[in-house]
Amino acid sequence: MSLEINDLCVAVGDREVLHDINMEIKTGETHILFGKNGSGKTTLLMAIMGFSRYRITKGSIVFKGTDITNLPINERAALGIGMSFQRPPTIRGLKTRDLVDLLSRENGGKTEKQAESLDFVTFLDREINHGLSGGEIKKSELLQLMAQNPDLIMLDEPESGVDLENIAIIGKVIKKLLQKNLRRLRTKSGLIITHTGLILNYVEADRGYLLLDGSMKCHGNPREMFNTICNFGYEECTKCQR
Amino acid sequence: MSKIREKALEAAEKKALYGPDIDLSSFRQKAKDHPYEADLGEIPEEEKAGMADAGMILTGDKRAGSYIQMDHSPVHCSIREEGVEILPTMEALEKYDGLKDYWWKAVDVGADKYTARTELNFNNGYFIRAARGVKSLFPVQACLYLSEENVSQNVHNIVIVEENAELHIITGCTTAPHLERALHIGVSEFYIKRGATLTFTMIHNWGEKVAVRPRTAVWVEEGGTYLSNYVCMKPALSLQMAPVVRLFGRDAVTRLNTILVAGKGAEMDVGGSVHLEAEGTRAEIISRTISTGGNIIARGLLVGYKPGVRAHLECNGLMLGESGNIRAIPELDGRVAGVEMSHEAAVGKISQEEIEYLMARGISESDATALIVRGFLNVEMEGLPAELKEEIDRVIAESGKSLM
Repeated sequence: MSLEINDLCVAVGDREVLHDINMEIKTGETHILFGKNGSGKTTLLMAIMGFSRYRITKGSIVFKGTDITNLPINERAALGIGMSFQRPPTIRGLKTRDLVDLLSRENGGKTEKQAESLDFVTFLDREINHGLSGGEIKKSELLQLMAQNPDLIMLDEPESGVDLENIAIIGKVIKKLLQKNLRRLRTKSGLIITHTGLILNYVEADRGYLLLDGSMKCHGNPREMFNTICNFGYEECTKCQR
Repeated sequence: MSKIREKALEAAEKKALYGPDIDLSSFRQKAKDHPYEADLGEIPEEEKAGMADAGMILTGDKRAGSYIQMDHSPVHCSIREEGVEILPTMEALEKYDGLKDYWWKAVDVGADKYTARTELNFNNGYFIRAARGVKSLFPVQACLYLSEENVSQNVHNIVIVEENAELHIITGCTTAPHLERALHIGVSEFYIKRGATLTFTMIHNWGEKVAVRPRTAVWVEEGGTYLSNYVCMKPALSLQMAPVVRLFGRDAVTRLNTILVAGKGAEMDVGGSVHLEAEGTRAEIISRTISTGGNIIARGLLVGYKPGVRAHLECNGLMLGESGNIRAIPELDGRVAGVEMSHEAAVGKISQEEIEYLMARGISESDATALIVRGFLNVEMEGLPAELKEEIDRVIAESGKSLM
């Protein structure tokens, strides 16, 4: 088992945003989170990563058998959790190249080659996320994840704001990160937030969830769920009583 | 009595516009003489370390020339590149008939008691000149060193970069390891002629109870460039400076970078002003200040006199201590329609969001903080020789570590 979430409640400030969330991601599986804006999807990812703004008021998060509910962020990362952010901060004066080099120390410094696979080499000397377009930010995030090489890969809308050509590039990299080319012995798991569903064209996913007002309303085959949402809306998708 | 002396006498008690007032009578005017060393290698070991920390290379390698003054005595002066001239200011005054076109021209001797004192109790300084068209390969290094307790060092420096010449100067100001209290006043007048470039890098490495009052003014002619990098990672007790750059030739350009740290007890009032007096002139003032408990005022002033001039000002402050404060005072003064001037100022503590973002990559909280602080101080310093850039990076990295 990669990730196990039990009766998780999360508050931001004084307001409870997530209510009694349960989920299990087995090693090698990729799960998809659907839901309207403001339904709590990003909050769930940030709480799993351990950001201080997202306060766990009830329940537990277990990763690879270790209860990480109260672990600092960097220790969660060290255990193998990684995340691509939707709106990452800009860090002035810190070059993307320098951070990626630092992260990939143990992987033998493949920065340049990894950046090539994302068509991102020209941006390596930019400061982290400074003056990058939506699509470039996604690439910067993926590049950092490649260097970090985590076992649980959480992606917050990896394709939003990205043009179709670049979605293909990003899709390929995500597929590789999640070891989708391996049928067996896959060690990587994924948890992906998507609005457009386009990522499903590149990454086979095992399970989908619908989050509505901070509660899990449905789960099932991600493609079927996405089609229902596209054709009939989020509300319809909550009516199947799963 | 000369006009200059008369003005100095009049201003002898005149308080400066900014910064805490210093009781000049509490510092001694006389200092004992130090022996002249023709060979840089003969500088006593004890003194070498502090000088190295202020960017000096004491073999003289990769330097166009060197000038070292200890308290009031020039102790070394040498030249390695043709077309570059270095002299103790007193000798230059004799050689060039009082430097009439340059002496107290850019800086007003009557500005305040510090300029006045430099005239009335003149303790030498450096004169550096690059001849017409000469492009110096390596920087000239100058070190102003304080070693005697309670002494006041009042230097007057003149730099002239003749037409189309290119000169780099690195000045290291530092104090002997044992020294507790002293005063450094440095009047600097820089003249950059048509098409010439001066890159001036000043690294301050003061003792904790040293008061420092630099008085710098720079005149830049048509097509000239003045790039200034000021780095002060070891704060003095009291530092106040407000260099003034006048761009009075068409298309003249300047960029002033300041990086400084104020520890507990330090009072630092630092800022530059640029007057864009001719068409096509451009300026940028960038300051990054860190308070680890000290008080900082970061000023910046841009004055635009001609339509189409472009200038930008950035004052960013980072609060790392529990106490201390940073006041950023950016000012824009457009004197005519059509000037393009802007500023941004930000003061705050390190953003938790940035720290946690890096932690999510597996970096510890303290390493993440250090990365952010180093990034904050990482100002693109144009026009620096690579090796000098490395030295500055090293100074910043070393100090960055000790800030954590």
